Amino acid sequence: MHKYSKIMEQIQRKLAEYTASLYNEKILDEQFIQLQQLQDESNPDFVVEVVSLFFEDSERLLNELAKTLNQTNVDFKKLDAHVHQLKGSSSSIGAQGVQRVCISFRNYCDDRNIEGCLKCLQQIKIEYTLVKNKLETLFKLEKQFVDAGGSFPVV
Amino acid sequence: MEMAQELHVLAVDDSHVDRKVIERLLKISCCKVTAVESGTRALQYLGLDGGKSSMGIDGLKVNLILTDYSMPGMTGYELLKKIKESSVLSKIPVVIMSSEKILPRIDRCLEEGAEEFLLKPVKLSDVKRLRDFILRGEGDDNKETEKNIKQVCSRKRKFQDDSMTQSMLSAVVTAHDIELSSQESSASSESQQPLSKQSKIG
Repeated sequence: MHKYSKIMEQIQRKLAEYTASLYNEKILDEQFIQLQQLQDESNPDFVVEVVSLFFEDSERLLNELAKTLNQTNVDFKKLDAHVHQLKGSSSSIGAQGVQRVCISFRNYCDDRNIEGCLKCLQQIKIEYTLVKNKLETLFKLEKQFVDAGGSFPVV
Repeated sequence: MEMAQELHVLAVDDSHVDRKVIERLLKISCCKVTAVESGTRALQYLGLDGGKSSMGIDGLKVNLILTDYSMPGMTGYELLKKIKESSVLSKIPVVIMSSEKILPRIDRCLEEGAEEFLLKPVKLSDVKRLRDFILRGEGDDNKETEKNIKQVCSRKRKFQDDSMTQSMLSAVVTAHDIELSSQESSASSESQQPLSKQSKIG
């Protein structure tokens, strides 16, 4: 029988509130919950690992997007391909903010609208930085919870 | 009790993130997974490129190929065609995944012989359904094998019901809560439904 310490209860509450805010602010969507369900004792770091891959991929793609937009003759097909990839991986982890901007970005690519594309790139960077910070904070809180003796899932 | 043979799935996707997720989905569903990043690699693995195949006579038979549609170089559709054109491999069921619900694309894939077209992000229920479908079509002792695999798979994993929210925050945040809070959401989410109406899997 578990007896949670007061500290652990506080951490747990903080964690629950923080997580709820990520969904309410539409930074994450239901797909993130799907990922958490795939984690268990045999794969306790699954979510962190997938999210790390997402960070790597995104940073690479953001660099590529900036480079491509910087060319004298912008290759919109290439641009679209990169945005498509970013849209895919953000969708796979539930990063709905990033995904939303990707959708607009692709429309601007279709229209060959450089101004629009540049605006979207700025917006994606903002959304990406936001979700990155939020997820890193989430993982810190989860670690605090585990270190205080908590375990997933909460019984 | 005889140990049930695990299904071996070849997963093809150029996205690191998606490869990792699909691998996990398949492992949870008690499948052996080989994940590769391109159609070219997949063909190499299957021995279709003229080179030496990684598939031994004894062990590494592939029961299902699960491939992304949009990949640089060879698309999932092109990979599907090459597999269906091969006398050796055409019997292996191929399932296409895509984040885009483009009906002519879906039709084309199904016409070329794909078993099903799954919308990304792929869910655990999609994978389990696929696994059960493949099990039904494999070997002579279908029913026994199918039952064994399902029993072994159930015992292996503590959390059985993937419709239940397993997250530690299930007490506070559930998918239902998010549903309620996002009613005013203007961003429409892509349909998560697999197009089983158009596929051969019922």
